[in-house]
Amino acid sequence: MFQNIMGAISTYAIPLILLLIPLYGYIKKVKVYEAFTEGAKEGFYTAVRIIPYLVAMLVAIGIFRKSGAMDILNGILRPITNLIGMPSEVLPMALMKPLSGGGASGIMNDLFTTYGPDSLIGRTASIMNGSTETTFYVLAVYFGSVAIKKTRHAVLAGLIADTVGIITAVIVARIMFA
Amino acid sequence: MINVIWLLFLVVGIVVAMFNGNAQVVTDAAIDYAEVAVELSLGLIGVMTLWLGIMRIAENAGLVKLLGKALKPIMIRLFPEVPEEHPAMGAMVMNMAANIFGLGNAATPLGLKAMKELQEINPHKDTASNAMCTFLAINTSSVTLVTSSVIAYRAAANSANPAEIIGPTIIATTASTIAAVIAVKLLQKLPIFQIKPEKEMES
Repeated sequence: MFQNIMGAISTYAIPLILLLIPLYGYIKKVKVYEAFTEGAKEGFYTAVRIIPYLVAMLVAIGIFRKSGAMDILNGILRPITNLIGMPSEVLPMALMKPLSGGGASGIMNDLFTTYGPDSLIGRTASIMNGSTETTFYVLAVYFGSVAIKKTRHAVLAGLIADTVGIITAVIVARIMFA
Repeated sequence: MINVIWLLFLVVGIVVAMFNGNAQVVTDAAIDYAEVAVELSLGLIGVMTLWLGIMRIAENAGLVKLLGKALKPIMIRLFPEVPEEHPAMGAMVMNMAANIFGLGNAATPLGLKAMKELQEINPHKDTASNAMCTFLAINTSSVTLVTSSVIAYRAAANSANPAEIIGPTIIATTASTIAAVIAVKLLQKLPIFQIKPEKEMES
């Protein structure tokens, strides 16, 4: 039941928004076409403005991943993850997620193929993937769009949130599926 | 902080690659990822333009204000520095709504719009304000009810019940969002994260 509702929301949400907002605007006597194009003008510049920030971030992350440094970090952290009962197979995905959404999904799919999506490993990875964000990407894009250079505590707070998400995912998966 | 992290990614990555006798990897990765970054940015143009257009209609029709009013009690507590009626409040509410329903495509443009509005009331243009950090922490802790992409991947991998992870994911994402809010509110009080007094002259 709950899952059906959720499925319906994700299918119909965007079509309904695209239908209802312009319709509501028209009823409220907004010049909908003109308002749309007026607002839309900002789109191009915002997208172009984030390029330097995204290049800086993705190049650094890319080098870190491809060089093998990521694997070394995995090795260092393994004893800690064992302590909280995280299946060590899931660790690379947990570390990848803040850096790259595509990379994390790649690892998750690899875990599905190797262990099955309905194994404890597969389920833990699924929950983890859904409850963490690509923190560094979001930061680069969002701060880059307004040329913020001093990010203060945003990175640390984002990583703390990811860590809590990862740990909770491990615990919830163990309680519900182990 | 971002300076140190960025430098660490680069230095550690390059040193490890050279140590492994694999310096070519660095060159390839640098060029590949620079291209990917531009593709991602340009790929955003279409959805950015679409959602900012829709957003403007919603704004002009008074919808954003309405939504903002409904969530006012929470928003004032989370963002005490932002005036109640400021457009940033509406944009942030819309972004969070888009995230909650897993509308990834719509969330980013609305989030960038919110950042732009927050920048308007930011006295130190090169430094993140408390409100910006709070907004980003909530954003990166990913308040999501429907993780449609994960469900799709699970279905593709022949899971017996692809959607069974929705409930547990909501629990985990709620925990991480609460942690984000607590962390950001505590960290902003730390001396090392204070905005330096001499910077205040610049505004």
